[in-house]
Amino acid sequence: MDLPPAIQCEGITKRYPHFQLRNVDLSFEQGAVMGLVGPNGAGKSTILRMVMGLLGPDAGSVKVLGYSMPEEQIAAKRDIGFIAEDMRLYESETIAFHMDFIKSIFDTWDDGYADTLLRRFDLNKKQKVKGLSHGQRVKATLLLALARRPNLLVFDEPTTGLDPAVRREVLDEMMNALEDETRSILFSSHNTLDVEQISDYITFIYGGRVIESRNKEDFIDGWRRLRLTNMDEKPLPNLPNIKEVQRSGRLCTVTVNDYEESFPRLFPAAGLVVNAIEPLTLEEIFLVAVKSAKANASMELAQ
Amino acid sequence: MESGFVFSQTDKNPMYQQIMEQIKQRIAVGDWPPNTPLPSVREMAIEIKVSVITVKRAYLELGREGVIVTQQGKGSWVNDTLDLKMLQRDELIQHLVQAGKLAKFLAIPEEKMLQMLKQYME
Repeated sequence: MDLPPAIQCEGITKRYPHFQLRNVDLSFEQGAVMGLVGPNGAGKSTILRMVMGLLGPDAGSVKVLGYSMPEEQIAAKRDIGFIAEDMRLYESETIAFHMDFIKSIFDTWDDGYADTLLRRFDLNKKQKVKGLSHGQRVKATLLLALARRPNLLVFDEPTTGLDPAVRREVLDEMMNALEDETRSILFSSHNTLDVEQISDYITFIYGGRVIESRNKEDFIDGWRRLRLTNMDEKPLPNLPNIKEVQRSGRLCTVTVNDYEESFPRLFPAAGLVVNAIEPLTLEEIFLVAVKSAKANASMELAQ
Repeated sequence: MESGFVFSQTDKNPMYQQIMEQIKQRIAVGDWPPNTPLPSVREMAIEIKVSVITVKRAYLELGREGVIVTQQGKGSWVNDTLDLKMLQRDELIQHLVQAGKLAKFLAIPEEKMLQMLKQYME
């Protein structure tokens, strides 16, 4: 069985007056989850809109489940469920109205699954949209996207603004959707915990560029924090993978990327003692990576 | 099989290690005797709501340690030649290595360390 990749973006570029998406490559196989992380305005939503065919790139190519976007978007959209923050529902209509509406468009709609989701989400389908809380609205849009069983789910910030209990429900249902071995998810989030928990691949975006894109285990495993004692105030070895240095008297903390087992040995050779080597959470990596990307960007400007 | 895993957000170990730990505990207390089939990687991922790749890594490392056996197309099960005592011994050694490092850092002499150890074994 040779399935086309869930997503395959090559060299996509898009110019706006105040923002540019530059040479973005993204790709992952079906059956997997990719999380996009990056600060506000990094370009995550622009990428998701291109994947959906809502925007065409100035250069490069976008393929989704083997379909070229935006040219084949009509065929592709049968297989894609999209949820964005600014998704509009009809305020004066009920959840049931929306369910019937989607069902009339997509013959893949699964009544049984829709009922299960109503129960799990604690939603009353007779309720009108205007009376729903933010959490209920998100769950209703998720239900509408899931119950037609698309092959690919594309979610822009699905957990933003949700309380911990609803956030959990949404994440649980995203994971449950993977029961189908070829179903894939591409989502963006500011919540690094969510991305760390459910993603198989992590793509880090900054300033319209992909800083890093790889499988989550390698991504997280590539980073370490080393706690050092510098008794004789020796200079640190000058290494390109040191992304952050914090000094306090004789104590020094270094955060590194592209970590290898042999790395700590470089410090005793330079007269420093390694006291501890710690893994980082995605949140900690995010903060260091943004800082370091910012520094690189301002260096480029200065040149 | 429901695994009933409970994870901790305050545990500093990476998630794949927490999964390994939970599986080992179930084996150690006898809930998962030798030859017990494990859920498939995807089943486990969906049940505990953790990415497929993380569960895959946990299974891979457990296979490397000889705790479980994985065969392509057949799935994974608890190793029947698994020596639990050996497993726990390995863990003890890990702790001793850490203790040794820390003692060296704190400049605690060998005799003092042995004395302390003796105290805690009583």
